Amino acid sequence: MPELKMPEPLHVVGRSVQRSDAAAHVTGRTRYAGDYTFPGMLHLRMVRSPVHHAMIRAVDLSRAERVPGFVRALTWRDVPHNVYTILGLIGVEPEEEFVLAQDRVRYKGEPIVAIVAETEAAALEAVAQVRLDLEELPAVFDVEEALQPDAPIVTHWGSNAFMFEGHPCRRVRFGDVEAGFAQADHIVEAVYNSSPIEHAPTETTGCVAVPEADGRFTVYTNTQALYFSLDNTAIILQVAGKRLHFVGGTVGGGFGGKVDVIVEPIATLAAMKTGRPVRYVFSRSEEMQVSSTRSAWRIRIRDGVMRDGRIVARKVTSYADSGAYSRQTPYALTKHAANAAGPYAIPNVSIDAYCVFTNRTPSSAMRGFGVTMASYAIEVQMDRIAERVGVDPWTIRFVNAYRNGDMKPHRKLAEDATLIETMQAAAALVGHELTDEQRAMTSAPRSPGPEGSPGGEAAAAGSRAAGAPASAGAPAAPASTAEGVL
Amino acid sequence: MAKLRGTGIAAVNYPTGMNLGGDPSQALIHATTSGSFVVALSSTDLGQGLRTVIGQIAAETLGVAADEVVIDTADTDTGPHCMGTFASRATHRVGNAVKAAAEEARTALLEVAALELNAPVGGLVLDGFGNVLVAGDPGRCVRVAEVASKAQFEYGRTISGRGAYMKPKSPVDPETGAMDPDSTEAHACTIAEVEVDTETGQVAVLGIRSAYEVGRQVNPALVRGQIVGGAWMGMSHALYETTEPYYPNPDHKPKDFSEYVMPGPAELPEIDCVVLEVPSSTGPYGVKGVGEMTANSPIPAIVNAIYHACGVRVDDLPVTPEKILRGLEAKWATESAAAAGGR
Repeated sequence: MPELKMPEPLHVVGRSVQRSDAAAHVTGRTRYAGDYTFPGMLHLRMVRSPVHHAMIRAVDLSRAERVPGFVRALTWRDVPHNVYTILGLIGVEPEEEFVLAQDRVRYKGEPIVAIVAETEAAALEAVAQVRLDLEELPAVFDVEEALQPDAPIVTHWGSNAFMFEGHPCRRVRFGDVEAGFAQADHIVEAVYNSSPIEHAPTETTGCVAVPEADGRFTVYTNTQALYFSLDNTAIILQVAGKRLHFVGGTVGGGFGGKVDVIVEPIATLAAMKTGRPVRYVFSRSEEMQVSSTRSAWRIRIRDGVMRDGRIVARKVTSYADSGAYSRQTPYALTKHAANAAGPYAIPNVSIDAYCVFTNRTPSSAMRGFGVTMASYAIEVQMDRIAERVGVDPWTIRFVNAYRNGDMKPHRKLAEDATLIETMQAAAALVGHELTDEQRAMTSAPRSPGPEGSPGGEAAAAGSRAAGAPASAGAPAAPASTAEGVL
Repeated sequence: MAKLRGTGIAAVNYPTGMNLGGDPSQALIHATTSGSFVVALSSTDLGQGLRTVIGQIAAETLGVAADEVVIDTADTDTGPHCMGTFASRATHRVGNAVKAAAEEARTALLEVAALELNAPVGGLVLDGFGNVLVAGDPGRCVRVAEVASKAQFEYGRTISGRGAYMKPKSPVDPETGAMDPDSTEAHACTIAEVEVDTETGQVAVLGIRSAYEVGRQVNPALVRGQIVGGAWMGMSHALYETTEPYYPNPDHKPKDFSEYVMPGPAELPEIDCVVLEVPSSTGPYGVKGVGEMTANSPIPAIVNAIYHACGVRVDDLPVTPEKILRGLEAKWATESAAAAGGR
């Protein structure tokens, strides 16, 4: 067990100081973004696509404009920079999401026209009076169907895969995975699926945008990233950042769902166009149906395993369902690729992680970004391997656990590994009896012991230098037999 | 029909920080006339307790009590840039920025205290309770509040500090995936116990017990809050939640919490944990990020426990009663066919 070294006695860090906002939260006095009200405040509601995929032939606002309390409508023509991508700020391309739909909608619920009215009820009534003339298009919902050559194309660049520097997937290549399979005693394969999940924050996404006397705009928002939202809003509205003042910091649950910049640009635009404060807060059904979700995943894992449980090759092919636009999902695929082999020392790894576009509500960041479903798939796979090899679920994890100094498949040396110590503590917590060998293990760097000595073989597997051919440093494998091989 | 019990295990690691770096956070600190300190940020508190934790790091570094620190967040006119609260980054990144700002402010404080005490700066210590002492000479001391006041009104000096933290942005090799995707790694191992009702397909989670290794805990009660909340979310992901119950079919999307079902207090199991502290080399006082990862290991632990209980492996989240019943029917059909064949 690595030692906790206290650099000096600490006074405050390490103590369960009562949270400074506890009393305000539990007495209902905390002020959230949607609680701000201002004289003359208008309400914004969105006209959304009723279908999954369609061309927009015409939008008729004439009946909506006659609703009492209607103030104005905003269409894509009102948005100075209507096509954007949230991650453009960190260099991710191309710009592909529409603030308001132009000629085409790509998911059910995609915003088309923003209605600003004196009351929320008037805004909703005007939304109901907008007439859309749509020509429905074939839609695609399955990630692997979406990658077939004849699939309906969701994006504007002719493919339903996000391109990672010339590749249709984020790749990891480490060692020689085919050589690893060839030497393995068992091949264990499975496919893991998950469905989209809603962030379900207590406070729905929202903001209030207020025009100030000096020509600036104050935006009270529950974004998780204040400057990120400000900078994206400045790009979409084509205004200098100094004209925007974002106030927030108190969020009633985020879980990644409030890193998207969805409400602030259009609310601020409405405040600019009307000269009045504008409130745009998602209803619960909007939060459930059109705010982004955790991506659905399909993860195929093929493992080559030795008789004693050591994994000598792992091939992962993953598909994340990005929905109609990229939002934060391409970045999740990179994080996924870095973590898809799990906390284990595997000498030969190949990962292909696809970000796939379909005609559904865009997915985006959510707690565990790209890793949660990788951990699910890998940890169920570990039990499958244990069953196949005939060892218990604890042993399969101790046998393969990574150590400090091991080269990870993405070619970074492990330096803060404590998986072994954490499993030892968990075993003690639940009263599981570990073997003497398991109790003696640590995450300390492996010593290059002779093969066959405790830890020696796994050491050779784990500390093998990056890029070396599998045959050079991989563990000596017993002769492969047909028994148990798929 | 029976109620069958099983246990399952899962072990995970989780990276701290935006995975390729390039995600700065900054902080400004200044003393008030009465010796309190205001920390100005644009970072957001999602309800996890960021204000409290950042206040503790500032107080620790400044050498004052936690209630002498006011966290002023978040305002883009007054708070310097922060990339945001996500990627389990805030305690690590904002904490590092605040620690750096507090060190600068503390130096400014000690410089004024040195004038007051007529002692070299290097010989001064803060006792953590609002006093500056001359090391080795306990009789000579001055209150932080007095130093702050005199800095303003007698010396005309500022007691303030700036801090920034950024892991530089790193590239990914598109051919091999070589990259530097973390600042440190935290770990967890979860054991779940479930009871499967083979008549209804319902799964009752009886226990979620975990060991966590999260670097130094700034506030153990808030760490425990994350672990308990994350276990609930993981259980909910494993058994209940989706916006598309028949994914990839997009129909039947829920509109509210009566259609989007989650476990309530009655369904919550006993949730227990132990926390190991192995300090990271990059976090302030050795912290790692515990924010996101707590939902991760409960999911596979529960799925593995279901298989252990009833022999059905559902590889499709969420594991609903319908999927379990279909799995049981398939399993029984296979078993009875095998039995018939063996006769």
